[in-house]
Amino acid sequence: MTCLRILSLVLVLSGLAAGGLTSVSAQENPGPLRIIIDEGVIEPLPFAVPDFIAENGAAGEYSTRIARVIAADLQGTGLFREIPKEAFISTLTSFDAPVQYADWKAINAQALITGAVHVGAGGRLTVKFRVFDVFSGAQLGNGLQFSGTTGSWRRMGHKVADAVYSRITGEGPYFDSRVAFIAESGPKNARKKRLAIMDYDGANVQYLTDSNAIVLAPRFSPSGDRLLYTSYESGFPRVYLLDLATVRRQVLDDQPGTMSFAPRFSPDGRTVLLSLSVAGNTDIYSYDLTTGQRRRLTSAPSIEIAPSFSPDGRQIVFTSDRSGSSQLYIMPAGGGEARRISAGRGRYNTPVWSPRGDLIAFTKQSKGRFHIGVMRTDGSEERLLTSSFLDEGPTWAPNGRVIMFTRETAGAGGTSALYTVDITGRNLRRVPFDGAASDPAWSPLSR
Amino acid sequence: MTHMKKILLLTMVLGLGACTDPGRFGAGGGADAGAGMAGAGAGAASDPRSPEYFRQTVGDRVHFAVDQSTLTEEARTTLAGQARWLMDNPEYTAIIEGHADEQGTREYNLALGARRAAAVKEFLVAQGIAANRLRTISYGKERPIEICSNESCYAKNRRAVTVITAGGGV
Repeated sequence: MTCLRILSLVLVLSGLAAGGLTSVSAQENPGPLRIIIDEGVIEPLPFAVPDFIAENGAAGEYSTRIARVIAADLQGTGLFREIPKEAFISTLTSFDAPVQYADWKAINAQALITGAVHVGAGGRLTVKFRVFDVFSGAQLGNGLQFSGTTGSWRRMGHKVADAVYSRITGEGPYFDSRVAFIAESGPKNARKKRLAIMDYDGANVQYLTDSNAIVLAPRFSPSGDRLLYTSYESGFPRVYLLDLATVRRQVLDDQPGTMSFAPRFSPDGRTVLLSLSVAGNTDIYSYDLTTGQRRRLTSAPSIEIAPSFSPDGRQIVFTSDRSGSSQLYIMPAGGGEARRISAGRGRYNTPVWSPRGDLIAFTKQSKGRFHIGVMRTDGSEERLLTSSFLDEGPTWAPNGRVIMFTRETAGAGGTSALYTVDITGRNLRRVPFDGAASDPAWSPLSR
Repeated sequence: MTHMKKILLLTMVLGLGACTDPGRFGAGGGADAGAGMAGAGAGAASDPRSPEYFRQTVGDRVHFAVDQSTLTEEARTTLAGQARWLMDNPEYTAIIEGHADEQGTREYNLALGARRAAAVKEFLVAQGIAANRLRTISYGKERPIEICSNESCYAKNRRAVTVITAGGGV
């Protein structure tokens, strides 16, 4: 019953000679159109994205849809505000026609994104776009062109939005990414759980397991081609490794009488850290995927769990209750002496090192509330970004600017949903998914 | 000014990886059924040798304080009864399930449930039950029996349940 479809997609990026307009490299002249995210209160930047021009009949169905994906991506950051098309004065008739800046200025569109779509032989979809800084009256960066199968039209929209976002904010892209998570159904005391994967914005949901066994907490490999997760399919919790291309899975470290969970890849993808419970005591182990060798990294009678590597692979942040309550510690990648970094009151769990290396995200329990927070890697500058009955399990966007997590509501009818929040604490949003969802893992940028 | 860069990209659209092994879970789920669903035939509650008698009369579960795995006096009394029953009924084995309330992260609660199950196992072994008749598993906060979000429910969910199963040593 396993089915698998591999879709091969070639993206060609090419600079477009701007017809009659001067192309400006974003690096050379970013112009005044710039959002610096760390500045205090942000007034969202108004932008316009007219429907892309369909260059032939077959492209017609994509002209609006691609523009809608771009608009939703940008607006979803909280940093941009779309100007509705009812306000437009200019009508674009051709991709290369000169931009009537005055018309866009008049409706206060600071950024203008224009584009065209074409469906060629064999259903090959080509999308090209340009970004304009309306108030400077100039193009922002080169035009770009992507092509691939028509089935990948959403990805092309994400790629355009990623380019616009990066040029204007100077931050890394993240829209062309996916999320592995647990889709939930049923009542709280008999919850059904399935491993699933979808685009970061909730589109293209695919299920990877059925609901016969409890599954928990997937994690992506650094190249996005494999998942680690915990499943009870053997009757006992075990860490599994799933290859996304072949949908083949293998159990890691299958030791009778033990439980393994809370896995995470090393930055090179060759080693897996996991938590192993033996006779009730849980410690952190590393497991070499090539040799199958297991190595114990902590040995204390306390609970040591939830390890996460630094991006350079040299250190591991983890949770321990050796002090009497759950706190965060950092140790060398090979094990050894750990130093405590969490200093505030409350219990700290699920630390995750930012892909940029500068911050550690965590779950904090304090005074009956749960929070997602971030701190520097030395434990300083702790900031709580959220607060609710139950928030847990942060995962980083590929650019290290946004965190996704699980929020569960209280009571008999309590359900889980995925949320995102900016690391500034702004822009809390629910990730669209038709049903309950938990344990998100954000993929690296798709490639 | 035109530069070309080719990116070859493979994207997977994944079908369902159907899981064919039905997992043994759910024991301890369900507010009234409690444990033992996956275990031996229940038998009559009036028959002292039946798993149903164990569940109802001996008492199949003990409770814990917040974040604790220490056995209370009450728990020890219950477990001493469990040990006597297991002594008298050597044809049965048991799986000890450790559970936590929802006030904790998923991963920490798995470790905490493992600790609770192990505390029960250690006690039973100290009472003379062969260790190879007892297996432990943690469900963390995955299988609450009470679903409200206050202490009255949490107290019942912080538990270790001894599920009687048929068969020799494990």
